Amino acid sequence: MLLKTDALSIKFGGLTALDDLNLKIHSGELVGLIGPNGAGKTTVFNLLTGVYSPSGGNIFLSGKSLKGLKPFQVTQSGIARTFQNIRLFSELSVLDNVKIAHNYHLSCSLAESVLRAGRYFPEEEDVERESAKLLEIFNLKDKMHETAKNLPYGEQRRLEIARALATRPSLLLLDEPAAGMNPQETNDLTKMIRWIRGEFALTVLLIEHDMRLVMDLCERIYVLEYGITIAQGAPEKIRRDPRVIEAYLGEEVPDAPH
Amino acid sequence: MNKTRKNDLIMFFCGAVVFLLLHALMETEIIGPFWQLNIILACINIILAVSLNLINGFTGQFSIGHAGFMAIGAYVSAIMTVKQGLPFIIAILAAFIAAAALGFVIGVPTLRLSGDYLAIATLGLSEIIRVCILNTPYVGGASGFMGIPHLTNFPWAFGLMFLTVYLIKNIVNSAHGRALIAVRENELAAETMGIDAAKYKTLAFTIGAGFAGLGGALFSHYFYLAHPSSFTFMRSFDILTMVVLGGLGSISGSIIGAVILVFVSAALADFPEWRMIIYAVTLIVLMIFRPQGLLGNKELSEKMLGLLRKGGIRRDAA
Ligand SMILES: Nc1ncnc2c1ncn2[C@@H]1O[C@H](COP(=O)(O)OP(=O)(O)OP(=O)(O)O)[C@@H](O)[C@H]1O
Ligand SMILES: [Mg+2]
Repeated sequence: MLLKTDALSIKFGGLTALDDLNLKIHSGELVGLIGPNGAGKTTVFNLLTGVYSPSGGNIFLSGKSLKGLKPFQVTQSGIARTFQNIRLFSELSVLDNVKIAHNYHLSCSLAESVLRAGRYFPEEEDVERESAKLLEIFNLKDKMHETAKNLPYGEQRRLEIARALATRPSLLLLDEPAAGMNPQETNDLTKMIRWIRGEFALTVLLIEHDMRLVMDLCERIYVLEYGITIAQGAPEKIRRDPRVIEAYLGEEVPDAPH
Repeated sequence: MNKTRKNDLIMFFCGAVVFLLLHALMETEIIGPFWQLNIILACINIILAVSLNLINGFTGQFSIGHAGFMAIGAYVSAIMTVKQGLPFIIAILAAFIAAAALGFVIGVPTLRLSGDYLAIATLGLSEIIRVCILNTPYVGGASGFMGIPHLTNFPWAFGLMFLTVYLIKNIVNSAHGRALIAVRENELAAETMGIDAAKYKTLAFTIGAGFAGLGGALFSHYFYLAHPSSFTFMRSFDILTMVVLGGLGSISGSIIGAVILVFVSAALADFPEWRMIIYAVTLIVLMIFRPQGLLGNKELSEKMLGLLRKGGIRRDAA
């Protein structure tokens, strides 16, 4: 098992934003996390990545506890994420955004950097090449030297995923990757997520409001409401679950396209 | 030969040309003692401004305590040469190490603060350093540390200035520099990329403080004297003005800012009371018309390339 949470919970003042969450995610799975607004989905990501520390419970990645780790340490142990409201280095170039994500794998010391000796030049060239390769995969190579904030919204989302992958994670967390995308872009995104999972041997946990995407893509789904897990299982099961239908206020949970 | 190495060679070549030219002009006394003094001051101020820029401009931590680290360098180096009779080069190294060590010790707790709080803390700490010196009879207390040998000359000042600029430029253009810039741009995103923000803030602060100490050593060994009144808040403010004027996050900007301000105050040498007014007005005008500083966060070479390209497009259109 890659990721396991044990009775994970967090309180903000009097509000229990997440209560007794027990995720179990196996290597290579593509899992969805859904729920109405304010259900606590982003909070789960913030707990998993060390942005918040839990009020109770624990998180295990490949059996190792992540308790007390800072966000950068969580990333170094193999979890990468994107943010609901994109957090790029918006004033920097597209290429630099990806180069920064390679950083913690580099071994060039400060002295070598300052004197431009030893591993400095070989490593700089490697990073440059690897970053360009990744951008090519994400169809952003032509825009390599543009400032990140000048990219159209959909491309910013793609860049954020590319950047997350550059940290070489085993688990990728995507927070509403399709938000603000048109149906065509959403389709492309669905294909891309499926493809990168195989290509980069990833496990993916994604939050999404677009039910078509979730039902189409995910093998298993967890449903949260007011911080409580109200359902979990395969998409067909979730679609028929009365509590889920109720949580979405009688909203029809649409069929996945075939 | 790759591009980076070529740029380094160009930089060394230009540095050597400027050095030899100024040196020849000084030797032949075409540049008299007054301007010689100001050129050396400019070199020292470039060291201070570029090192402060590493903290404020590249790492995005608002420090206004640079004078404190400069004071440490000025006094530690003076102790080395006067009291211990050690050579200047050792004194300079000691100044760097002492200031960097203090920067590290101060940085670890202070850098948890951000924005205005950090600014106030660094300001307070530099005043504490000054008051401590003021009350230490071993280094002359309120009357200052006298009898420091006049060891700073143009080659020392220019050489160390060049070294500082070169080393800081290399830091900024390495993976470590990208980490600093990432912290400035978005701390949470940087952490999410596996970057230890606290470590890199401390690193920038430590290195910046070390070079300020180096500037201080040159300073006290130029004026025969180290006096607490040379290292007040006004000094920190001076350095900050140079950095902001040139552009936060631009090394060439800091160089230009330092040179401009040194020569503006030289030109106003006969009207010292005007100096602060001019500074204030410059800053206000800058904040209104060009809040990002003269060069923004670009380097001069990028700016010139940009201009050439724009020129090219205009020619094409015509
Ligand atoms: N730092 C915080 N301090 C206080 N309350 C918080 C904090 N972070 C989240 N909350 C609260 O926790 C609850 C869950 O928020 P969360 O952002 O996880 O929801 P979400 O499921 O991601 O919703 P959405 O679909 O709108 O993104 C909300 O009531 C929110 O106000
Ligand atoms: Mg959310």
